[in-house]
Amino acid sequence: MYVAVKGGEAAIDNAHRLLAEVRRGDTSVPELSVAQIREQMALLVDRVMTEGSLYDPDLAALALKQARGDVVEAVFLVRAYRTTLPRFGASVPLETGAMAVARRVSATFKDLPGGQVLGPTFDYTHRLIDFALAAEAEIEPAAEAEPRADAATCPRVTDLLAQDGLIEASPADDGAPVGDLTREPVNYPADRALRLQALARGDEGFVLGLGYSTQRGYGRTHPFVGEIRVGEVALEFVPEELGFAVPLGRVRLTECQMVNQFKGSGAAPPQFTRGYGLSFGQSERKAMAMALVDRALRAEELGEPVTSPAQDQEFVLAHCDSLQATGFVEHLKLPHYVDFQAELELVRRLRTEFEQKSDAVEMQEAAE
Amino acid sequence: MTPNPVGPEPGPGIAARQAVMALCADASRSELEAALARLDVPAAEDLRPPETGLVMATGRIGGDGRPFNLGEVSVTRAAIRLADGSTGFAYHLGRDRPKARLAAILDALWQDPAQRARVDAALAEAAARAEAERQQAARRTAATRVEFLTVARGED
Repeated sequence: MYVAVKGGEAAIDNAHRLLAEVRRGDTSVPELSVAQIREQMALLVDRVMTEGSLYDPDLAALALKQARGDVVEAVFLVRAYRTTLPRFGASVPLETGAMAVARRVSATFKDLPGGQVLGPTFDYTHRLIDFALAAEAEIEPAAEAEPRADAATCPRVTDLLAQDGLIEASPADDGAPVGDLTREPVNYPADRALRLQALARGDEGFVLGLGYSTQRGYGRTHPFVGEIRVGEVALEFVPEELGFAVPLGRVRLTECQMVNQFKGSGAAPPQFTRGYGLSFGQSERKAMAMALVDRALRAEELGEPVTSPAQDQEFVLAHCDSLQATGFVEHLKLPHYVDFQAELELVRRLRTEFEQKSDAVEMQEAAE
Repeated sequence: MTPNPVGPEPGPGIAARQAVMALCADASRSELEAALARLDVPAAEDLRPPETGLVMATGRIGGDGRPFNLGEVSVTRAAIRLADGSTGFAYHLGRDRPKARLAAILDALWQDPAQRARVDAALAEAAARAEAERQQAARRTAATRVEFLTVARGED
């Protein structure tokens, strides 16, 4: 239990002033602008937007500057900011099939309608430190090529498999209300839509670790990356006063379609199952891990034994949020003086009782 | 929360208005200022002062299934009325209130058939810039198109 304390006002003020100066660092080094963070630390900005659950690159970059680059602290700032804003409503569901693809790869088919494009990727780099980046070297301009005729339409890999009935269909849109964990506390069991919302804003490290655990055998799902695509999608919203879909602009997203082990029964022919991941910006690791855990959490639905952490939705959903986790862990460093005094009293009393008891035993032994 | 219905299929007038709205959403504030500078703009009053809020972006399970809440986006909206009584609206990603107000004025002007061609012309530069950027992005992406080959192993 936490009991409030008071005092320390001047010290706290001074600590925050010191923080401001330390945040700035050596003043002989030029100060970072928010635009520099947004442009040059783009994947970090994407992560803060994804886990902060708010798409706003400038705001995420500013939060990172304020947080001295601490991701969870930046997520905290973004989440706190969003609570100050009214919500206009929910968007028209994003049409990822119409994405202007900047990157698209498949580990299941080498020849895809629309083709595979690598885009800007760390894949196939040698992971050797590039000391040229420490100097301000000129960059060779990116290569250009005429897009092929089929590049404009990129059907999802899962649609290709679906044509032959080899993969399960996505759950149909039945028009039922969509649960929102920012509005109502999660009740278990949570449906897949709510689980995906939690995973989408979940800590990348935690979700990655859980996804990895399924690969190592704790709830194995035999995954293949059907497709990863990164690119821009138009986001639309229907304002009440207009009654038609207004284009808000384009958002950059990463989508992962995981194709998993098949199942069948006496009644149904065998077919592949699926896991799904979607995140803001270019966040491939997150989208992949999310898809792995999404599939693992479907264990019960698919008649698989629930034996591992990644399959336990209460375990996953209750612990994947970095802000909730850090709140409870970090509160331990706040003054717990009253609480600890009580424990101290108890330990002293127990020790006294223990000593009295052993004294009594010794006296008895001496007497015998 | 239920995602907004897509509503009835918009008519050709709505589709053209949506295209101008999309163009304004993609444009920068200075591009919209430049566009308005090329037009005779009557005085505009706020129907609703520009305001920043949130829209919950919804995705679909598997890309094409039941909706789920992905996360919110910051959105700024503005609604204005021109001196002649016509109204204009704007909803944009981000937090730029002056930009949303400029777009709402352009929306009101564009709805007047007598002004439409002039508004389109005033926005032509921004449209050309956006189109050139899209094409360059597509060309850069196309240069990274990859053909993977599988290699047969063992004795044949």
